[in-house]
Amino acid sequence: VSLQTKTKKIKTTMPVNGIDTEVEIEVPDIVASWGKKFDREYVGAPMPRVDGYDKVTGRAKYTFDINLPGMLFGAILRSPHAKAKILSIDLSKAEAMPGVRKAYAIKDAGANLRFAGDEIAAIAADSPEIAEDALRAILVKYEVLPHVVKEDLARKTDAPQVFGGQRPNVSNGGSTQRGDVDATFGSAKTTVSGEWRTQARVHACLETHGSVVQYQSDGTAKIWTSTQAVHGSADQFAGLMKLERSKLEVICQNMGGGFGSKFGPGVEGAVCARLAKECGRPVKLMLDRRGEAESAGNSPTAIVQAKLSANADGKITAIQGKAFGTGGIGGGGFEYPYGVYKIDVLDVARENVFTNLGPSNAMRAPGRPQSSFLTESGVDELAVACGIDPLAFRLTNETAEKRIKQFKTGAAAIGWKEKVNPTPGKNAKGPIVRGVGCAGSTWGGRGGNGQMKAEVRIATDGSVVVAVGTQDLGTGTRSYIRSIVADELGIDIKFVKSEIGSSKLPVSGASGGSTTTPTVAPSVKMAATQAKSDFLVALASATKEKLEKLTLLPGGSVSNGKKTLSWTDACKRLGPGGIVSQGTWNASLVQGPIHGAQFAEVEVDTETGKVRVKKLVVVQDGGVIMNRMLLTSQINGGLIQGLGFALTEERIACQNTGRMMNANLEEYKLPGTREIPEIQVILDEDDEAIGVSGVAEAPVIPTAAAIANAVFNASGARVRSLPITSAKVLAALGKVKANKANNA
Amino acid sequence: MATKNDNEKQVSRRGFLQGIGGTLAATAVGVGGVADATEAEAASSLPTLSGSVPVALTVNGKKVAATVDLRRTLLEMLRTDLDLTGTKKVCDRGACGACTVVLNGKTVFSCTTLAIDADGATVETIEGLEKNGKLHPIQDAFIRHDALMCGFCTPGFLISCKNLLDHNAKPSLEQIKEACCGNLCRCGAYPNIFDAVLTASGQETMANAKQVMASAKKDGAK
Repeated sequence: VSLQTKTKKIKTTMPVNGIDTEVEIEVPDIVASWGKKFDREYVGAPMPRVDGYDKVTGRAKYTFDINLPGMLFGAILRSPHAKAKILSIDLSKAEAMPGVRKAYAIKDAGANLRFAGDEIAAIAADSPEIAEDALRAILVKYEVLPHVVKEDLARKTDAPQVFGGQRPNVSNGGSTQRGDVDATFGSAKTTVSGEWRTQARVHACLETHGSVVQYQSDGTAKIWTSTQAVHGSADQFAGLMKLERSKLEVICQNMGGGFGSKFGPGVEGAVCARLAKECGRPVKLMLDRRGEAESAGNSPTAIVQAKLSANADGKITAIQGKAFGTGGIGGGGFEYPYGVYKIDVLDVARENVFTNLGPSNAMRAPGRPQSSFLTESGVDELAVACGIDPLAFRLTNETAEKRIKQFKTGAAAIGWKEKVNPTPGKNAKGPIVRGVGCAGSTWGGRGGNGQMKAEVRIATDGSVVVAVGTQDLGTGTRSYIRSIVADELGIDIKFVKSEIGSSKLPVSGASGGSTTTPTVAPSVKMAATQAKSDFLVALASATKEKLEKLTLLPGGSVSNGKKTLSWTDACKRLGPGGIVSQGTWNASLVQGPIHGAQFAEVEVDTETGKVRVKKLVVVQDGGVIMNRMLLTSQINGGLIQGLGFALTEERIACQNTGRMMNANLEEYKLPGTREIPEIQVILDEDDEAIGVSGVAEAPVIPTAAAIANAVFNASGARVRSLPITSAKVLAALGKVKANKANNA
Repeated sequence: MATKNDNEKQVSRRGFLQGIGGTLAATAVGVGGVADATEAEAASSLPTLSGSVPVALTVNGKKVAATVDLRRTLLEMLRTDLDLTGTKKVCDRGACGACTVVLNGKTVFSCTTLAIDADGATVETIEGLEKNGKLHPIQDAFIRHDALMCGFCTPGFLISCKNLLDHNAKPSLEQIKEACCGNLCRCGAYPNIFDAVLTASGQETMANAKQVMASAKKDGAK
């Protein structure tokens, strides 16, 4: 019984390097259903993750943990200069060192280096210590060239050329014009204008980028790699190793964070593969912390010089903005204004600015947290200028019914009415002041296409395996796919095991753009449905019973109307090898977009400028929920990363040296235990939801804006640039002079 | 911590400082003009610390030994020589706590502890928390409260939390934050980590987690 029939065309979102992009695709025209919420036993239940045991005992093996007999350690020499030309490379001293097995130049004499951290040469050695010694023994002569690492400087006409004149420092990022901005501003009751800026961040994955490559004696290769895409990585490794795709396996059973920066082998993967091949031994090459911070991706800066207007009713009437940002030698695009508002009159132009810094990468909701801060800060200022409560102002301008409800729910949870400060910056009873702020979010939520598969295998001992070539970034993929299968077959979840994290498993997509769940869950659901059908057909044949007489009962037993067989007894009747069934992704099991509203309550010390977030409230929808507990964890994580964006995290690029000054974890400040406020997650669950959505990215988007708006509400300090440091708060309060160093 | 190999392990202060100087010279190259390659050449000809020494210690109650590079950290010895990879290498300079182990009863960053300094010591790692097939209550609580996502910081947090509970049976939320302030989590599992420690010490958790746990239907964990 095949479930695949005719096809239809639908619009969906697919990640292109982690950025969700709308495309039209052809899919099987089948209506499938998650059923009613309260009929679902495991799907949605707040169950602990299945790999929790391995992770709390140290058993879980990450790429970094793979140790193989005869394994060598790879390392990469990186440019200390932001811009230079290589005059010569002398590897002889490194090659002569005992324990060094291979040294080669990644870039040859004459090559241009475009950022500090650019790869120059590679080493494979018997130990990490020897590899490090050998890097220091490589002699490189450079012609050091003028560099620029600040976007404001790079935009100037006399700025050093990032690409040596091959292309300009600034590229057009597109523009949007609708309506008559000048006329609208002319008739506006209220306008605000200014410049809002966000910093660059690094992903700071705790497990750095890297791989272990092992060629086998039969010409095949095994590759362990810390990736958000086992299948995508296999395609890329096959290409760069010139191996047939079927001759290699990419494995990623556990990975220590990606956040958008790990979609392929990267230079380090290519280097690792070449070292392994040339040494004839397995090689492990994991980036060190500086290499990770300088070369493995970052989230671009975003700056807007903008003007916003409102009419007498408190409706936003027009936005004009000149937006730019830098993603180093990579792209730096972001949308402005952020898509939570429908603005009739717009005049926005965007520029990508190149600088001599490592290339940017997608980072959890690429461009959106920046865009949200730039937009929602301006909107908040407009509300204040209109003399309207910022929450009331949002409700006036909000067009999504869903978010209006969410704003009201969140406002009640944070205690907006009691806590909103009617006179920010005035009437303070002491140096410590409190206030609240809010911001909204939206995200596509969809994903998947008709190429995506999953497999369900039922063995004669009653054990069930759900296999899909996806990866678990800590998001819980490995866990919830079991729930789907157990529910579909009606069996106890203890029978079901997951197999993921290998390119040998049925094809699935990259984990980017929040597309994993809407890609994986429907495929697994369809595979389980097919397995159920195949199981009944096989059982009917084995028991010489008519198919239509057989029914699967809750608990997995099978009835023919007269007697019942238990799940394990029924499985014993299956032919040798049991059942192997595949399913293909189905559009009717997916829904989007999703919405959220966030609130922050902060405390500001007006004498020291210190901001302390006391409480965060998030109201978030997300279609059919796969696992309430793991979703809540992920939402917590989004808010905490948003808090880091708001208050602590900043890549500091020094124009004098051209280097990142804080390529480590003590000066690049991730939020630690003491920064964590009370967090209240309210799942805006729709009992009638018919499809799954991806929720990973939405929660990180509005947190910084909500915190920044709360800082103003508490203290009257309007900090227009992230992160909100004590110095910036004091400057905004007029207590110290603003530090212009960052704007050069 | 005297052993029979003391002589081999002695590092001359001069050689050490020269080694450091070489590193600085190699990285502090000029910003403008043609960099002076003689600096790099000088760096490569400087004496570096090398040689191997035997190190013996007790890890999780088991006597283990390995011959390691003089400069090898305890972290690298655990992970590479002993294949105890539960202890993670993240910042490699004592900033993030992922490499936290218990050394002679005190938590230390194993990435900034030399293996030779741990000679003769008693070390407890994440692999030793489970005893006779039974999880330590803090491990169990981490699973039940989902106090982890990617799991890379988890071993370090567990060691810090376990050590806290060894010294303080009922820590307050502030004390939990204090005990783990040397541990960083990038995924943002902090709220659930706090709840896990509160639960493991028989205390009320924060409201949010309770709300989630109250409706738990089934337990999918082992």
